[in-house]
This record gives sequence, C-alpha cells and structure tokens, in this order.
Amino acid sequence: MPENKTPTRSSGLAKKIQIVMAVSLLVIIILAALLAPFIVPYGPTDMSLGDSLKPPSWAHPFGTDSLGRDILSRTIYGARISLFVAFCAVFIAGTTGGILGIVAGYFGGFWDALLMRFADVQFSLPAVILALFLVGSLGPSLTNLIIVLSLANWARFSRVMRSEALSLRTRDYVLLSRLSGASHLRIMVQHIAPNAMGTFIVLVTLDVGIVIILEATLSFLGLGVQPPDPSWGTLIADGREYLSTAWWIAIFPGIVLMLTVLAGNTTGDFVRDKLSPTLSARW
Amino acid sequence: MFNYALRRVAQSLITIFIVIVLIFVIVRIVGDPTHIMLAPEATEADRQVLREILGLDKPLLVQFMRFLGDMLSGNFGMSYAFNQPAMTVVLDRVPETALLTFSALALATVIGIPLGVISAVYRDTWIDVVGKLFAVVGQSAPPFLFGLVFILLFSVKLGWLPTGGFEGPETLIMPALALGWYSAAGIMRLTRSSMSEVLESEYIKMAKVKGIPYHVVITKHALKNACLPVITFMGLQLGVLLGGAVSIEAVFAWPGLGSVILNSIAGLDYTVVQAAVTLIAIAFTVINLIVDLLYSMIDPRIQYA
Amino acid sequence: MNEDLLKVENLTTYLASRAGIVTAVDDVSFSLKRNRTLALVGESGSGKSMTCLSIENLLPQNGKVAGGRVLFKGEDLLKKSSKEMEKIRGREIGMILQDPMTSLNPLFTIGHQVGEVFRYHKNLRGEALKKAVIEVLEKAQIPAVAERLNSYPHEFSGGMRQRVAIAINVACGPDLLIADEPTTALDVTVQLQILRVLRELQQSSGMSMILVTHDLNLVERFADEVAIMYAGKIVEQGSVKEVFTRPMHVYTRSLLAAIPRLDEKVDRLRTVPGQPPSLINPPPGCRFAVRCTLADDKCRTEYPDWTKDGKQGHQATCWKAGEAIK
Repeated sequence: MPENKTPTRSSGLAKKIQIVMAVSLLVIIILAALLAPFIVPYGPTDMSLGDSLKPPSWAHPFGTDSLGRDILSRTIYGARISLFVAFCAVFIAGTTGGILGIVAGYFGGFWDALLMRFADVQFSLPAVILALFLVGSLGPSLTNLIIVLSLANWARFSRVMRSEALSLRTRDYVLLSRLSGASHLRIMVQHIAPNAMGTFIVLVTLDVGIVIILEATLSFLGLGVQPPDPSWGTLIADGREYLSTAWWIAIFPGIVLMLTVLAGNTTGDFVRDKLSPTLSARW
Repeated sequence: MFNYALRRVAQSLITIFIVIVLIFVIVRIVGDPTHIMLAPEATEADRQVLREILGLDKPLLVQFMRFLGDMLSGNFGMSYAFNQPAMTVVLDRVPETALLTFSALALATVIGIPLGVISAVYRDTWIDVVGKLFAVVGQSAPPFLFGLVFILLFSVKLGWLPTGGFEGPETLIMPALALGWYSAAGIMRLTRSSMSEVLESEYIKMAKVKGIPYHVVITKHALKNACLPVITFMGLQLGVLLGGAVSIEAVFAWPGLGSVILNSIAGLDYTVVQAAVTLIAIAFTVINLIVDLLYSMIDPRIQYA
Repeated sequence: MNEDLLKVENLTTYLASRAGIVTAVDDVSFSLKRNRTLALVGESGSGKSMTCLSIENLLPQNGKVAGGRVLFKGEDLLKKSSKEMEKIRGREIGMILQDPMTSLNPLFTIGHQVGEVFRYHKNLRGEALKKAVIEVLEKAQIPAVAERLNSYPHEFSGGMRQRVAIAINVACGPDLLIADEPTTALDVTVQLQILRVLRELQQSSGMSMILVTHDLNLVERFADEVAIMYAGKIVEQGSVKEVFTRPMHVYTRSLLAAIPRLDEKVDRLRTVPGQPPSLINPPPGCRFAVRCTLADDKCRTEYPDWTKDGKQGHQATCWKAGEAIK
C-alpha cells in the first residue's frame, strides 16, 4: 500500500509550468500561421529540383521534399490552412449546434426529440466515415471541407448545450423572468446562453484539437485540402512514400501537428478545470 | 426497465430511418449515375433507357419506396468495380476490419485499465507522470501518424516487423497498436479519474477499516465500482476505432472495409460506399442501444421509470 | 490491574490543503482502559475524526502523522507495517463511519460484506461462515436476517445500514470500537436505538469504545470519560461526571450552557458566536481566545498550561479555569 508522503505544495508549480508552456506554444504557432507570408524563408511552392530530398540543415531546418520545396515553409503554411479550416469548422459547428441545443433543451417536446434523433444520426457514424461519405458525394473543395467538418461535429455541442439549457430553465431567475412577461427568446439570450457560456468555451477549446486531427486524416487520405495547398495532412501524405529514404518530409509536419494538438488539449483541460469541472469525459 | 427499453428501441428505429432517408437524398445529390455506368461513348438515348430500367425517371417518392424495399431485402445495387452485389463486397471485408478494430480495442483495454488503476493508486508519483504522458501523447496525434512512426522505427530502422499487408500476427501488431493508442489514452484517463473518485469514497475506507488486504480492496472493491463508466466508454470507442481504421488500413495496406470505402470513393463506385455507410450506421445504432440497455442492467441501483 | 488498552501520546497529524499545511491534530494525548467509553467531543474541524483516522493509520492521501505514539496493548500502531495493520483492523479495532448511506459498497450484498471480515480474519467458509454472519447481524438487532442476506445496501434504511456497519465491526470481537459520529446522519428516534445497540454489545463483550460526537446529551448518557477538542487540541478531559458538573475551560462551560433545557423558557438559544481559527497558522495563545468572553492578553499570547482538578485526571488548558463567566 503506498505510504502517505509528507504533503508538499510543489505539484501546483509543475502544473503552472505546463499551462504556461502550452499556451505559449499555441500562441507561437498561431502567430506563425498568421504571419506566414512574412516569416517563411522560402515560398511554400518554390521548387528547386537540384535541392530535392535534402536532410535537415541550416538552410532547410526541416529538409526538402522530392521537388526541392522547403518543408519548414510548407509546414508553416500548413499551419495556416489547417488552423483556418479547424477554427472555421469549430465555430460553425459550435454556434449552430450550440444554438440548436439550447433551443431544444429550453422548449423540450417534439422539436427536442427530433433534434436528438438527428444528433443520434451523426453519432451513429464515426466522424471519419461520415466525412468521407459527404466529401465523396459533394466533392473536395475547401468550402465543402469546412462544411463537412462542421456536419461531422455539431451534435456534440447540441447535446451538451441542451443539457445545460435543461438544467438552467428551471432556475428561479428564469421563472421570475417568465412571470414578468419576458419572451422565450429574451430568456434564452439573457439568461440561458450567458450561464452556459463557460461550458461552451470548454467544449470549443477541446474541440479544436479533434477537428485538426480529423482534417489531417481527410487530407492525408486525399479527400481534404487539395494540392498544391499544403495542410499538415497532405504534407504527411507526401512524405509517406519516402519514409525510408527521407523521413523528415512526413515526420516534421507530424511533430508540429502533434505539438499543436497537445498544446490545445492541455489548454482545454486547464480551461475545463477552471470553468466546468463536472463536464464528463464522454462528450 | 421495460418501458425504458421500449423507448430506446423506438428512438433507434427513428434514427435508422432518418439515416436511410439522408443517404437516399445525398446519393441523389451526387448526380446521375448513368454517366458513370455506361461507357463515355453512350448516347443520351442510351442513358435514358438505363434511367428507365433503374427507375430514375419515376417520382422521388416512388424511387424512395423502391430504395427502401431494396434495402430491406439486402439489395444495394451492383458494384461496378467488383462486378458483385455491393453488399457482398462490403460484407466480404468486414472480418478483416473487425479483426483490426477488436484487436485495437483489446489492446487499448489491456493497456489502458491497468495503467489507469496504477496511476490512480500511485497518484502524483513518477508512475502517474508516465501514465499521464502516455495518455496525453495518445490523444494528440492522428492514428496514421503513429502508424508511420511505428513503420519508420520498427520496420525501416530496426527491421523487426513487416511494413504492412495481411499475413500472420506480425502484420497485426503495429496497426492495432497505432489504432488503439488513442482509445487506450481515453480508457486510461477515465479509469484513473473514476478510480481516484472511488478510492476516496466512504465504502473503500470501510473496506480498509475491515482489515481487508489492500490489493483486494483495489481489485475487488474499488475496481468493480470504478469500471462502470469505463464500460460504456469502451462501447463508444468502437466508433472511434472504426474511423481510425480507415487511415490505418491505408497506411498498412490492410485489406479491410476502410480501404474498400476509400477506393470506391476514388473510383466513383457509389453503391459500395452507400452499402458500407448504411451498414455501419445501422450497426452502430444497434451497438449504442445494446450498450445503454446493458448499462442499466449492471448497476442494481438504476431503476429507469 | 486495569492497564490502558489505548494510550495516545502527543499525536500530531498534518493535512495538505491548497492554502497550506493544516495541523489537524496538534499534540493530542489521552488514554482509554478496557470496558470504558471515551467521548471525543468538538465542532466540525476540531480534529476528532482525524484523530481516529490517525489511530488506525487510515489518513486520506493528503494526510500524514507527523509525531507521537499510539500505544495499543502496549505496541505503537504508528510503527506497524501495512500488513500488520491490516490484521489489526477489523479484528482488534473496529470503526463505524459517519454516513451509513455511503459506507457500504453498493455493488455487494450485505451478507457478503459482513462475511468478508469472517473470511479474512477467522478463515471461515461455507456453512460456518453463513452461520457466523447471521449470528452477528442478529446481535446488531436486525430483524429477519436470514432473508436479508442477499439484499443490497440501497434496500435498507439509514438506521439498518448503520446496524450492518456495527455488525461488520464487532464481528470478530474487537477490543476497541471507534464510532465516528455514528448517529449524526440519522433521525433522532433512531439515534438512541443505535447507541443502545452499541451499549449492549459493549457490555456483553467488554470492549472499549471511542465515541466521537458533538452531541453532549449522548455523551452524558453513554460515555464514561470525555475529551473536548478545539482547533486540533484537547482543551479539557476527564470523567464525564467531573467535566459536566465542574467544567473548567470556558469553551466547555459555554457548550454546556448552550444546551437547551425543557424546563427553561428562553427567547433565544444560547450560542457560542464566532469561528475556530485557521489551523495553518494558529495563534500563539489559546485558540478559543477570539470567541472567549473572559479572554485577556495572557490568554491570547501564552498557550495555557494544564490546570488540574481532583485526582481522577480531570484537566483543562485554560487560564480562566476558576473564574465565573460574565
């Protein structure tokens, strides 16, 4: 049986360092994505066939690919696209799903049940397969990609926001509002939504990592971002056939992808601890 | 209990119905299949004949009824690429993907639960740190990336394992591990938090007060209470794993359902895609239903009105 | 010939909290002989539960015994290994927890949970095991035992569950039973029943009992000795008779005065206003001084020495032990 050690306070410090590192990393990557055109050493599509398949060096910290393109520059541009797509999809899925969820939870009844059945539809298919099916049917373009990623993701927001609305609508201040004649819309906007905002923010932060991974998977399989646009997924796909000869083509974008999601998840966990600790792991 | 079961079954049926309708609608959006089915030299008149044969000129509702009827009898049309009924193609590949998916789930459970228990019991020690690191890494990357790293490490650099294919257990190890890491991470975290909560409970204190040996307290008393939420979680993981299986099958050249879906999309063989998606959606709705019903049976305290 | 069954000497226990290290039990000493009941009295946070957990070495993960000895039958429990303590717990020392609604495992039948103690400590199996379980449940005055063996805890009321807990703890005939607020979570009508069950079991087996409570009425009826705890320290201890008839510490006196009496008509209940001090940086002097109507500068700066009264061990840490309360 583990013996109790003398309790100390140092474990709090370790956690603080983690958060600071995670947020800093996130900020750096986002800044790099935003400032991409100004900071990249080479253009993402600049080819230089004489420099193809070069390992990492001072000139090319991440090496070059089969067409002599600089992997570091492509990775930074990849961040630009991957993050853009992810943020858009999360925003759309979050607001649409969230609003639907609040309305459903608040009113209950038939519309609530219907919404939940549609949510079940999304849950009945793994996100990847649903996304593949939709992209395969609609055609792979950037817009379609964002739409598809939202469609594969909204139900999670609906479910959680719905249960928030369910518990909030019985609060005293809501009843008082009704008695003083406030319309349902007013109540939802003024009382329900603000109080559910904490949970919403937690969901959004945790969701970004999930969507980044989903987009990377689709792009890797050729059904996400289309060449020549670089996304982390397509970069990894590019490097796949050179895995034994030029591992850096796939691995460096992979590492950056992983670090980004890692930072995002750590930040999300921290936000959850602060805002909504009871949010279950199921969603 | 019975009422609850009835309600859940009704919900599942409605969900399945909506799925079928949506699939029907989306397939219509894709467009006129006659362009693909006939050779490019075919004339518009030929296509019109084919449309009549397929019933594509009839009103939408009639088409839907026909679609529904076909589906209920298992007819999902013919696969152009394989020249077989689409559903046959799909069902043929199910065993390989099932093997991969369940192996991944088994590995995830066998690694995740003990790791979670140990992390909870030795909370905030270096053991816990290692466990948390394992979990955090597993949830930060897509499975295909793990697959590529494993190939690089174990096939290319060390030469221990083959790079892919489907022959014998050596070809299953890396795909299953790469696929399962994400789920193992989730299982580990859930076990850890569930176990930590249970360990702080009064009845565990009581078990210690009774003088029951500590390892029995952990395995018998605490674990049984702690693993209830983990079981439902595992049921949900099947969906995640199937999704990941698609890219893992691509990376490791594993001949399963995932790769056939991909190839069919690329080859515009939509009947196969349709059959696969329908099968998966129905299968998962049923699995979720079973998991929910099972859960309410395991816990003797739950009485669903 | 009646030597001490339990002798706690200078026990000190730390608890880690987000704000700092709390000294939950501060230099606590008391002793208990066989067949006697000691009541441990205090408000929430006074350290009474932590003292009991320290005796059994069952502190939560953020707790640690920092000093002192716990001599049980002459041996220091704090020095024993986990395995040795596992043999003592449930067999020589039993402990009843406060909330019967959460102290039984919801997934096991009560027959199983009672049977465990027999299985591990007395190695009973099969028919002998079942017989022993039925016997001890009947001793705890649970009706219709034989049919109830396969029931789950949630099918029982709070009072019944507490009786099951008692049965579990007296099953192997322990020398010491610690009852940590055994009736606080129960209805008043059930409280007396439970304590009577405990009293009868004690009388028939000769075991000693530590009764942790904040209810002075129960102390008067069921305890032989009492130790009053405040802010982690014992402020007064002695036989119940002496402490209740000649209380010394102002805190004790206020507690006794606060008990409403049926033959008095009062408009307001007498209370002891204020809060106990923080135990992370306790004040240097008497910890009750802030709430004490008699306190002066000496009380606030110098921790009081023991003032003794009579020859039976009645003592208190109070500079104002003799003064009348205004």
